[in-house]
Amino acid sequence: MSETNILKRIVRHRMFFPLLCLVLVLLINVIVTATQAGASPATFFQITFIKETGTLAGPLITILNRSSELVILAVGMTLVVSCTKGADISVGSVMVLSGAVSIWLLGFGTLKANNYQVESYVVPYVVGLLAALIVGAACGLWHGFLVAKLKIQPMIATLILLIGGRGIAKIVADGQINKVRVPSYRWLGNTIENSQGLNPLLLPTPIFVAIGVVVVAALLLRFTALGMNIQSVGINDRSSRILGLNSVRIIFTVFVICGMCAAIAGMIATSRIASVDTQNIGKMIELDAILAVALGGNSLAGGKFSLGGSVIGAITIQTLTTVLYSLSVSPDQLPFFKAVVVIIIVIVQSPQLRPLAEKALGGLRRLFGLPPRRVKKPPIAGDDGQVLDVEPEYEETNFSSGGER
Amino acid sequence: MNIKKIILGVASVALFLGLSACNPGEGGGDGGTTGDVITVGFAQVGAESGWRTANTQSFKDYFVEENGFKLVFADANQDADKQKQDVRDFIAQGVDYIVLAPVTDSGWEPVLQEAKDAGIPLIVADRQLMVADDLYLTYLGGNMRGEGDTAVQWLVDHIAAEGITDPINIVHLQGTIGSTAQKGRTEALDEAVKDKADWTIVAQQTGEFTQAKGQEVMESIIQQGLAFNVIYAENDDMAYGAIDALKAAGINHQELIIISFDGNKSAVQMVIDGDIDVIAECTPLLGPQIADLIRRAEAGETLDKVTYSIEGFIDSTNAAEKLPIAFGS
Repeated sequence: MSETNILKRIVRHRMFFPLLCLVLVLLINVIVTATQAGASPATFFQITFIKETGTLAGPLITILNRSSELVILAVGMTLVVSCTKGADISVGSVMVLSGAVSIWLLGFGTLKANNYQVESYVVPYVVGLLAALIVGAACGLWHGFLVAKLKIQPMIATLILLIGGRGIAKIVADGQINKVRVPSYRWLGNTIENSQGLNPLLLPTPIFVAIGVVVVAALLLRFTALGMNIQSVGINDRSSRILGLNSVRIIFTVFVICGMCAAIAGMIATSRIASVDTQNIGKMIELDAILAVALGGNSLAGGKFSLGGSVIGAITIQTLTTVLYSLSVSPDQLPFFKAVVVIIIVIVQSPQLRPLAEKALGGLRRLFGLPPRRVKKPPIAGDDGQVLDVEPEYEETNFSSGGER
Repeated sequence: MNIKKIILGVASVALFLGLSACNPGEGGGDGGTTGDVITVGFAQVGAESGWRTANTQSFKDYFVEENGFKLVFADANQDADKQKQDVRDFIAQGVDYIVLAPVTDSGWEPVLQEAKDAGIPLIVADRQLMVADDLYLTYLGGNMRGEGDTAVQWLVDHIAAEGITDPINIVHLQGTIGSTAQKGRTEALDEAVKDKADWTIVAQQTGEFTQAKGQEVMESIIQQGLAFNVIYAENDDMAYGAIDALKAAGINHQELIIISFDGNKSAVQMVIDGDIDVIAECTPLLGPQIADLIRRAEAGETLDKVTYSIEGFIDSTNAAEKLPIAFGS
C-alpha cells in the first residue's frame, strides 16, 4: 500500500474528524496559555504535584476533570441518538432532580430544621446514591414508555421532563440551595481524602467515574448484542422487529441507560459544590451533550455510532470552554462561540457540501492545468437515508477538457 | 387496543399539565381586590444564590393575609424574557401592586408602560432599572455602588493598618453581567484601581453569582499561573467556590485577602473562622420594607424615588455579633 493510501485511510477513519477538532482546540489552548505572562508553550502540558492535597494538577487534568459530567452524559446520549433518531433533551433536568432527591433523602426530615443543610446523614450515603440512580432510571422508563409505546418523538417526549424535572427538583429542594456539610460528600466531585487529608488516587475522582462509565458501556456494547441491536433499531425499526428484535425493550433500555448516566453526572455536579443548586446545575448541558455526539462524528439521524467519538467530542467542548475562560470570555457568551463551532462542523460534515467542494477543487486543478483527481463515488443510501458501509471505489472522472487537448 | 392508547395518551397529557403547573407562579390566584387584602405580584429573578432565596422567603413570610396581603409569586429563572411575561401575567390578573426584582436593568419600557396604563403601581426591588422615573412608583434596595465603595474602603484601611507594601493584585469574580449588583460593585473596584498605582486587576471574569461557576472560573485563573493576593468576589457563593478551588490547588487562602458581598450565615461563620476577610453587607430581607412602602402609598403619601436599605460591613471585629442575625444558610 502506498503512502498516500495510508494517509487516505487515516483521513477517512471515522475518528479522524473528532480527533482533528480536539487537536485544533487544544492547539489554540496551548497558544493562548503561552501568551500569558511568564508562560511557555509547555505551560499547558505542565502537571504539578500538590503536596498539600496529594493531587496532580494542571490544565490538562482540569479539562479532563471538568469534562467528566459531559463525557458521562454523552455516553447515554449517543445510544439514544443512535437508537431513536432523536435526543434526550431532559438530561440536565434529570441531573438536578437526581441530585435533589438524593440530598433530600440524605437529610430526610431534618433539612428545614437545619436551615437547609445536611449536618449528618440520616440514611447512609449509598442509599442516597442508589436513590439518584433509581430516579434517573425512572425518568428513563418514563421516556421509554412515551417513545416506544406511545410513539411520541423523543425530543417532544423528553421536553416534558426538561421543563418539569427542574420544577420537581425545586419542590423537592423547597426552592432553596440545600447544602451538605458532611466532608466526605465532596469526594465524588472533587478528590478523596485519607486521614492525612491526601488523595490516594492522585487524580480528581470524576475522571475515574467517567472512565468507569465509558468502560462499562463499551464492554456492554462489545460483549452483548445490545450495541448491534441499538444500531439496528436506529437504522430501521420495522425491519428490526420483523427480524425478531424487541425494539420496544431496546428503546426502553437506551433511555434507562441515558437517565442513569444523567443521575451519575448529577451526583458529581452536586458533590463538586456540596449542594444542590436547582437553578444552575445542568443548565443547558443537554445541548452540550448533543453537541458532543455530533462532534464525535455521529449522525444525529441515528444508526451507526461511535462511543469513542462522543467521548472525544465531550472533551473537545470542555477544552473549548477552558480556552474561552483563559481568553476572559464570560460564561454567558460561551454559547455564541459554541454555535460558531457547531455551524462549521455541520457545514463540513454536510453530504451536500462534499461534491461541491470536490467540483471546486477539480475546477481549480483544471485552471492550473493539473491532471484530474480520483474522486469517490457517492455512497449508496439505504432505507431511511442511512448510508450503508460499502467498500470505497475509485474511478477516473471524465472532464471534457481533460486529456483530449 | 385503541382505547388503551387513548387512555395512556390522556394520562400522559394530564401528567404533563400537572408537571408544568409545578412551575411556581403559574398557578396564580384570582387576583384583584377582595376586601381589604392587597394582592401583590412579585416577579423574582430566580433562586441563583442563598441571598436570593432568603429574599424570596422574606416576601413569602411577610405577604400573608394576617398582614393584609396576598402574594402572587413568579420566578423568572434568570430569564429576562420570561420575567417580562411574568409581569404581563400580573397585569392580566389585575393585581393591586407589582414588585419587580429585574433580571436585567434595560429593555423594560414597554412592559412598565403597560402596567402604568393598567393603573397598577410598580415597585422596583433590589436591582435598579434604567427607565424614566415616571414608569415606576419607587425603588427599594441596597446601594450596590455604596457596597462596592464600602469594600474598597475596607481594603484601603486594611492595607494601611497591616502595613502591606506589596503591590495589590486582584482577582475579580463578577456577578451576572448587566445586573445592578455587578455594575455597582464592579464600578467601585474599577475606579479604585484606576486611582491607585500599585493596584492591578490581574483577572476579571464572571462567575454568574453561583458557587459552581465561581469554582470553575477560579480554577482556570489559578492555572494561568497569575500572581494575586486579593480576591474580590461579588457575592458569597462565588467566594465559597473560589475558596474551594484555592484549597484544591494547595493555596492557603487564609494568606490572601478575600472580599465578599451579601453576608449569608455560612459566610459570616467563615469570617469568624478566618476564611473570608470582609463581607460588604447587603440585606435580602426586603419584604417588610416593601410592605411598609405599599402601606404608605395606600395612605396617599408621596414616596421618594429611591430608598436604600441600611448596610455596613462584617469583618473579624463584628462577625460574632452579626452571626445570629445573618440570613440564609
